[in-house]
Amino acid sequence: MKVKLITGRSLQQGASKEVGKLSEEYFNNVAICELDPSDMEALNISPGQNIVLKTKFGEVVLKAVKSAQAPHKGIVFIPYGPWANLVVDPETHGSGMPSFKGIEAEVFPAKKEDKILTLKEVLEKISGGK
Amino acid sequence: MSEILIKNGFVFDPLNNINGEKMDIFIKDGKIVEKVSSKAKVIDASNMVVMPGGVDIHSHIAGSKVNAGRVLRPEDHVKDFEVKTKVTRSGVGYSVPSTFTTGYRYAKMGYTTVFEPATPPLKTRHTHEELRDIPIIDKGCFALLGNNWFIMEYLKEDKLEECAAYVSWLLNAIKGYAIKIVNPGGTEAWGWGKGISHLDEEVPYFNVTPKEIVRWLCKINNILNLPHPIHVHTNNLGKPGNYVTTIETMDAVKDLSKNGEASIHVTHVQFNGFAGTSWLNLASGAPEIADYINKNAHVEIDIGQVTFSDTTTMTADGPFQYILYLLSREKWVNADVEAETGAGVVPFRYKKSNYVNAIQWGIGLELALLVKDPWKIHMTTDHPNGGPFTHYPKVIAWLMSKKAREKTLNKINKNAKRRLDLPGIDREYTLYEIAIITRAATAKSLGLKNKGHLGVGADADVAIYNLNYKSLDPSKDYKLIKKAFKQTAYTIKDGEIVAKNGEIIASSKGKIYWVNSKVAEDIQESMLNNLKMKFEEYYTVKMENYIINESYLHKSFMLNVQSEV
Amino acid sequence: MEKIINNVVCTVCGCCCDDLEVKVKDGKIVEVKNACAVSLSKFQNYNGKERIVKPLIKENGEFKECDLKEAIEKASKILAEAKYPLIYGLSLTSTEAIGKAVELAEALGGVIDNTTSVCHGPSLIGVHDVGLVTCTLGEVKNRADLIIYWGSNPIFSHPRHLTRYTVFSRGKFRRERGERKLVVVDVRKTATAKLADIFIQVTPNQDYELISALRMAVKGEEIYLNEVAGVPTSKIEELADLMISCEFGILFFGLGLTMSLGKSRNIDAALSLVRDLNERTKFLIMPMRGHYNVTGANEVIAWQTGYPFAVDFSQGYPRYNPGETTTIELLTRGECDAALIVGSDPIAHFPVSAVKHLMKIPVITIDPHRSATTLISTVVIPTVITGIEAEGTVYRMDGVPLECKKLVEPPLGLKSDEEIINEILVNVKKLKE
Repeated sequence: MKVKLITGRSLQQGASKEVGKLSEEYFNNVAICELDPSDMEALNISPGQNIVLKTKFGEVVLKAVKSAQAPHKGIVFIPYGPWANLVVDPETHGSGMPSFKGIEAEVFPAKKEDKILTLKEVLEKISGGK
Repeated sequence: MSEILIKNGFVFDPLNNINGEKMDIFIKDGKIVEKVSSKAKVIDASNMVVMPGGVDIHSHIAGSKVNAGRVLRPEDHVKDFEVKTKVTRSGVGYSVPSTFTTGYRYAKMGYTTVFEPATPPLKTRHTHEELRDIPIIDKGCFALLGNNWFIMEYLKEDKLEECAAYVSWLLNAIKGYAIKIVNPGGTEAWGWGKGISHLDEEVPYFNVTPKEIVRWLCKINNILNLPHPIHVHTNNLGKPGNYVTTIETMDAVKDLSKNGEASIHVTHVQFNGFAGTSWLNLASGAPEIADYINKNAHVEIDIGQVTFSDTTTMTADGPFQYILYLLSREKWVNADVEAETGAGVVPFRYKKSNYVNAIQWGIGLELALLVKDPWKIHMTTDHPNGGPFTHYPKVIAWLMSKKAREKTLNKINKNAKRRLDLPGIDREYTLYEIAIITRAATAKSLGLKNKGHLGVGADADVAIYNLNYKSLDPSKDYKLIKKAFKQTAYTIKDGEIVAKNGEIIASSKGKIYWVNSKVAEDIQESMLNNLKMKFEEYYTVKMENYIINESYLHKSFMLNVQSEV
Repeated sequence: MEKIINNVVCTVCGCCCDDLEVKVKDGKIVEVKNACAVSLSKFQNYNGKERIVKPLIKENGEFKECDLKEAIEKASKILAEAKYPLIYGLSLTSTEAIGKAVELAEALGGVIDNTTSVCHGPSLIGVHDVGLVTCTLGEVKNRADLIIYWGSNPIFSHPRHLTRYTVFSRGKFRRERGERKLVVVDVRKTATAKLADIFIQVTPNQDYELISALRMAVKGEEIYLNEVAGVPTSKIEELADLMISCEFGILFFGLGLTMSLGKSRNIDAALSLVRDLNERTKFLIMPMRGHYNVTGANEVIAWQTGYPFAVDFSQGYPRYNPGETTTIELLTRGECDAALIVGSDPIAHFPVSAVKHLMKIPVITIDPHRSATTLISTVVIPTVITGIEAEGTVYRMDGVPLECKKLVEPPLGLKSDEEIINEILVNVKKLKE
């Protein structure tokens, strides 16, 4: 399904950030993707199931969460963090600011073997296995 | 500490009646002394002019609106930068220089004390942080009180003593030096997008008038025995015909003069010296204002001279800054401050060819030349409103030389030249008078007993200029005047040579002057009890966090004053 | 021994609430009153298992504990030998520390930048062009009868904003909620939108069009489309009328505008809209600054260098050019050969193109907690926490400066950001001679 990706703050992201980036709370609250309930129905996925989000810049496996800020058909939300950054648009248009919001993306259910990467695994992926 | 002997200079020290006498100046441990030992470092000031370090009474160098100006105008800095050296930090100019550059440039010109004339109390911690980062010069700041909610309410309820206690507490809390009034009542009206256009118009909701506010604060200034009179930026700044408001404001506190001393300092009067009824027939109101000042002992002014350049206007006169934006369609910053005041910043270019700007240029000079007593005149450009402070040498040249004025008069808008009285004024300031209006009078007005003069006991802040006084004809050699005042041969601060021939050779941290006003304890306590609840209601910060501790100031100089209550 | 410290300044978001009440018992914080959920989380967790207590140097891919002197020496050496080092972060510390960082960047001939780059940098770029018509938050509390949040979700990002400063606050001239109107413009019906009197759902990346349409309506011009940016024209005209007819309006805007397509142009449009409105009524605008001292970082960098962020000292004087001297571009182009990260986690928050380069160069991180950035650093220097274990000056989102307090003693051996940066500076100056 083609969607627009928004990344941003969430209360849980902010609070769990204070617990620590390497904590379980952070992982549980940030490696997620909030979807509009009707979009979830169309994709045939239930909350807690894994999805794959793909953009021109990368792809990431995340836990699907039902959005409490619906309706917003066609828009998905990922909290700021390492998982979001795998897929955001680095283009700054000379302003210093990457395009963290309004990115063209594709969402589909993850395969059984697709696992959500831990933060350390994300870093390894970026550095090419260092 | 080290000793210095400044030998054979022509000394100008108006506060001690020294007018170009060839004499030696002795420095020891940061002070002027009677004599020094043979170990003293000798500065040969033969054929040079020696003056106390400059004291600038009104220059916007630090604080929230100044920084807003810096951020607003990256283009102002791009072509004027300072590379770092072993002794100095890097920085930028031009009209809103960065803090390090501000201190160095003032020191190079021979200035050693500068006052920031408008700080909003709530944001004064910011002002102090910036002042701390301005090297070498001594500084202080004036507290904006002319639109303060608490003061207007005390005034309405006629609680003079309690209000005096409040002002005393506030100056102490923010480490301020004097009472500053900007567009009294007008900036509060601007909180609703409205304006005030005459002295008897009531401020919305508070129902007091500008005239009442000015008189009230003048009375409080007297009660608290503050070292400097109320420092007033009058209503209707920038409006044709406003010279009338200026004179009315001066007249409003005529009866409040204590011991025949000045009861009011009116600032950058050029901007408030407009005659005429529109931009088309704008004329100089300087003759009328000068006439009033000549006949009345209770007024002193600073001129706010325009110097024809690209510059940045910034004042606490929010509504005026909006009008300037409408006129110029430049970019515009506005920053209202809760319960207290406002501010505005608008870039502006003064052009010789522009009729209005040319008249403005004439007004500033006419004020200085038509007021007979130089002790009532302070030289400023209201930096950066009229022009950057680095243009002061130009102003000095215009004042000292009719020829310099004529050269510029021949370049300005011809209609303006015809309209001004300036071409017909022959008076030329002497070096002695320049020393008065740039250091002696300003220091005296500020109540700084150890500044602005070179008598024994004074701070060893000295400027030595490359001017051969005896062979100089300032009227003809105005270019030499400009050159000499651009950079000193030596600038000495607290007995240390900091600048030499335009180069900073030593840096230091200047002191921050503030007034520690004392009122009777019971009056203070009762005022604070009444204040607490209202404070919570009007502000969004706690009273405890509003207060700045003395330890916050890097180098504090506390001036104790005892009030009448 | 138990004591209550009043009027504590919270050091989390740009609200800088200064009414916190902290109970300290036997040198530990046991209770905090008036704090929001995020603030509470900070007080509860700041000394948790993610806290670093000993400096670390990476050798052969493994972290080894060391003493502070060694860590600072190594850090100084790395920075002094670099050709074009970057100092980044700085929004979560005091202005005193940031001022020292500017001095260090100047001594190194490198670049100093802060999180503004990826937050409200576009807003400052907009300000350079248009200006800014703003006020302090108390003006909103006392006077505002129309409050608009655009691309900002304060219930999540600045939880006490509405209670302390806007719709739920009690001011001199506005005593009740009913005296104010709340409008929210966003791409989703956020938690804040749910509280609004009017919610306008805008199509992602079309804020610029919507603001432009509003400007037209405010100026009395006719919008010839039926719909702009997913919003019916009638609704746009309704909002314009509301804005013109209010007594005192304020537009708060957030990253919804700075990060979407258009970036600084969106802000330019919003700043211009508010400026235009002043010809009809009193209207102001304020960016929702995120971190508790990101505003302060801009202030101190600006007064010391003339520019608010992204300042390059490679020529010996301050140079500023967003797009050239901003961190994301510097890293993406691979220009920096060393980095000092102060109180920030760019590895967790930057796009991959920038993260890739940051993982290739030597990184020194000064931070109290483990993070993605400390994981990949060469030197990690732990520090005390401003506002809890050290005092310092911070600037609220509206530019009001506050001094935050020291509430408890830090763990033994830890120094403040200011002290650490100063020691590095002293070393660097010696090495560069």
